Amino acid sequence: MRYLLALLLLVGLTAAAEPQVTLPDIEDEVMCVECRTALNVSSAPVADQERAFIRDRIAEGMTKDEIKAALVSEYGPDVLAEPGDDGFDLAAWLVPGALVALAAGGVILLAGRWRRAPGGASAQGPELDPADAQRLDAELSAFDR
Amino acid sequence: MRPRVYWPVSLAAAALVALLTYGVASTGEDRSIDSKLAAGDRVEAPVRDLPVLGSDATGSLADHAGKVVVLNVWASWCEPCKTEMPLLQKTHERIQDRGGLVLGIDMQDSTERALAFLEEEGIEFESLRDVDREYVREFGVNQYPETFVIDREGRITALKRGPIDQAWLDEHLEPVLEEGA
Repeated sequence: MRYLLALLLLVGLTAAAEPQVTLPDIEDEVMCVECRTALNVSSAPVADQERAFIRDRIAEGMTKDEIKAALVSEYGPDVLAEPGDDGFDLAAWLVPGALVALAAGGVILLAGRWRRAPGGASAQGPELDPADAQRLDAELSAFDR
Repeated sequence: MRPRVYWPVSLAAAALVALLTYGVASTGEDRSIDSKLAAGDRVEAPVRDLPVLGSDATGSLADHAGKVVVLNVWASWCEPCKTEMPLLQKTHERIQDRGGLVLGIDMQDSTERALAFLEEEGIEFESLRDVDREYVREFGVNQYPETFVIDREGRITALKRGPIDQAWLDEHLEPVLEEGA
């Protein structure tokens, strides 16, 4: 019996320790569907309605994920700040990754090229025209005298 | 050697520009219906099954084939929508025996609040729910409220992007009700 009571107490404490979701927890992950800004910076009438909807769901004891799912079923997927993972929204995930990969590829390519050119092309410089080389030799030998 | 280095960059830049162009074009305003109506043409109204507000059933414009439909796009949080609701309800009652009706499209709204709003306003005409605006986007809707007059053959004959009044209904609804009555 004592073990059962201890177990019940433990379960009760664990449940109590689980943090309850608050409006600010959700507001920055949700959009005002009319003004297309984050809910926490919007004062539009629909934003007030969305906030009231969230407060009501919190009062019902819903979790953050459940509240977000309920918001989507009432206001559509555009209500979430995070872009979706299909259609045009997929570009929001793919483009940054593709740009990073492209930039990394460019850096690797350039680094390889610099390593393959010992001393660098500018150190060697272009070959002199024979006439110029002859004139340079003449001028240098003038210094030697 | 240079072109070999730059072609992936050029390709990536072109892909980005194409993506941006597509993004802007797909989210921009569609005014094709407005321009066809302005040219004197009637436009086939988009049809799609949507949930009926406050019910498990679905409905669409097709359910009202052969009737003149005043399609009104509204939301409970939209003040101008609230202002024109009594006129829409009055119109719904007035045109029913002439083969007409008002059909609402409630979009991006809390079901609970939308139903409370209709009860407060004493609205009896049916409303469909367009949760993600996908349907009304086909009408070029980008504000609230918007109203469309649809003839007995399912074609849009007039639209108002903003609140309507009796004068607008007299001008655009009456002639359509007269047709084939």
